[in-house]
Amino acid sequence: MRVGEIVTAGFLALLSLYLMWKSTELPVGYIAGQGPGGGAWPFWLSGIMLICCGFTALNWWRENTPASRSDEPLLDAYGWKMLLFVGGGIIGFVALVSIISMYGAIAVFLFYYMWFLGRHSLWLSLLIALVTPIAMFFFFEGAMRITMPSGLPFTDPVFNVLYDIIY
Amino acid sequence: MEVLSLLADGMLLSLQPLNLMMILIGVTVGLFIGAMPGLGSVNGVAILLPVTFLVPPGSAIIFLAAIYYGAMYGGAISSITLGIPGASTAVATTFDGRPLARQGKASLALVTAALASFVGGTVANILFTLFAPILATVALSFGPPEVFALMLLAFATFVGLGGDDIPKTVFSICFGLVLGAVGFDQISGAPRLVLFDYNGFLQGIGFLVLAIGVYGIGEMLWTIEQTRGEVTTTTPKMTAKGMAADTKEATKRGWKGTMIGSFLGFFVGILPAAGATPGSLMSYGVAKMVSRKPEEFGKGHPDGVAAPEAANNSASTGSMLPMLTLGIPGSPTTAILLGGMVIWGLVPGPRLFVDETEFVWGLIGSFYISNLAAVLMNLAFIPVFIWMLRMPFTILAPMIFVLSIAGGYAATRDMFDIWLMVGFGLGAFFLRKFDYPLAPAVLAIVLGPIAEPTLRQSLLLSSGDPSIFFTRPVAGPITIIALILIFLPAIKLLRRKRNTQKEPA
Repeated sequence: MRVGEIVTAGFLALLSLYLMWKSTELPVGYIAGQGPGGGAWPFWLSGIMLICCGFTALNWWRENTPASRSDEPLLDAYGWKMLLFVGGGIIGFVALVSIISMYGAIAVFLFYYMWFLGRHSLWLSLLIALVTPIAMFFFFEGAMRITMPSGLPFTDPVFNVLYDIIY
Repeated sequence: MEVLSLLADGMLLSLQPLNLMMILIGVTVGLFIGAMPGLGSVNGVAILLPVTFLVPPGSAIIFLAAIYYGAMYGGAISSITLGIPGASTAVATTFDGRPLARQGKASLALVTAALASFVGGTVANILFTLFAPILATVALSFGPPEVFALMLLAFATFVGLGGDDIPKTVFSICFGLVLGAVGFDQISGAPRLVLFDYNGFLQGIGFLVLAIGVYGIGEMLWTIEQTRGEVTTTTPKMTAKGMAADTKEATKRGWKGTMIGSFLGFFVGILPAAGATPGSLMSYGVAKMVSRKPEEFGKGHPDGVAAPEAANNSASTGSMLPMLTLGIPGSPTTAILLGGMVIWGLVPGPRLFVDETEFVWGLIGSFYISNLAAVLMNLAFIPVFIWMLRMPFTILAPMIFVLSIAGGYAATRDMFDIWLMVGFGLGAFFLRKFDYPLAPAVLAIVLGPIAEPTLRQSLLLSSGDPSIFFTRPVAGPITIIALILIFLPAIKLLRRKRNTQKEPA
């Protein structure tokens, strides 16, 4: 945790510097008759962010914060595994939206999470993975009139059947 | 007496079968929309606005106002049961609502939220009815320096909310404000902070993208990691006796927060462009400051639920005031209501009270009925919301992820925002590990687009002289209070260090 604390502060300091540099694309000073330039607000706020990172580093050096005193690892084996399976699952879910539609991705993600990670029975996992996206389809498309991504053209026949029901 | 007579007529009008039906449907729909992470009153009102063309204008606005009311109540439900605020107005409710739910007191938190919302709504309705013209004049006199001073005060309360690590709290505030500046410069119209020259950033970063990323993804990952997947979701028993006991405890331990939220929320709500979010946040901060046990805030204090909930309901009524009397929307939702009124052929402004007396008082009467309907519906549905907590976490967690992604898309309609949301979620997970408070960033992204133009306009008015924030009769005291609040933790720290140094001697 101790190393992670200073690495995070360093990363955030770099981000602050980048934001300061990016803000200078617009004027950051006071323009007579126009007021503060368009870049002033984010520039000075990013400057304060940078100063805060400096104070965080100072606190780290003085070991004032719990993380700066901790010798524990940032994540143990379980933590990394969780991040890989759950975080990776979410990334996979969002990636699938453009391919098999929002509802298809919901079904796959729910089944993956409940059956593979949650160790629920196959039937319960399948039931929830199928009922949830169908219910959400009728809520979003039917009641709320919000069109979700329908994926690649091969999903059209399924959507045609569902749209026939609501229209 | 004339006011009471007009109010009585208005109430009778809102109790007509069609209007009553609109209120009941609106409140129920609003309750569920508000409870869904990612969908708030603004989404509900915007999406259902076309539906209202089927009924007369009076019934239509009553329906939309009822959705607004229901959504304000509903926002607390997801904050408490899932730990994800349904809308920005319910972020502060998460601070103590979620810890209460984790302690097995979800029903107490929900009952407190419902009762505080009801009291907040009722107080606001009475204030609205009695003092509408006077308060509208006061709010109208607020210029950019006053609004910015108010924003500064809201940011100052963040410092108190973010725990002991002040640099990380201030970083979080500034980060949220910078994210709010991404897109276009509001005054010159020039592209600004188009990060890595990626065009997706041109449309800016919405509050929901950060909020859902932080609360729907980051917070969930953190919870799963901390609890090793064995989340101790509470299984409170909901009985009539239990709810009566909760009501008693909510009244006893949440009355102070309710009162603070009811009055402060209304006042902040009537300020143009302020609305329920700063109102609820400031009420939470003030309730914590005046509490005899401020250390219990953030760990599950009923006042910490009551204050923001009373405030957001009170502010939602308050925000209707400048909309109806001046034609200035007090919140994004009232901006949509204003648009609807124009479409229906009604012109909001002082003349509305003269030309459309029946409409105005019918609407005000419906506020009272909607408030009563919302609290009854909310209390009736509490067992359903508690049932959500009884689900195994391996079912609830993927459901929350799915609701977050689908709800986020429904609100933004852009896959770039969804990827950004996932990025914020993963970033939030790591920042949370190092004790960076993230709530200030989420609230700052909402307030940033209000604070920046008012600061720039103020400095333009004073030719760059910042003393404008100290010399004006209203802005001055607010700015000074804000600065005291900002520097208070630093002064406390210095005093503590001096005392520690003296002790060994």
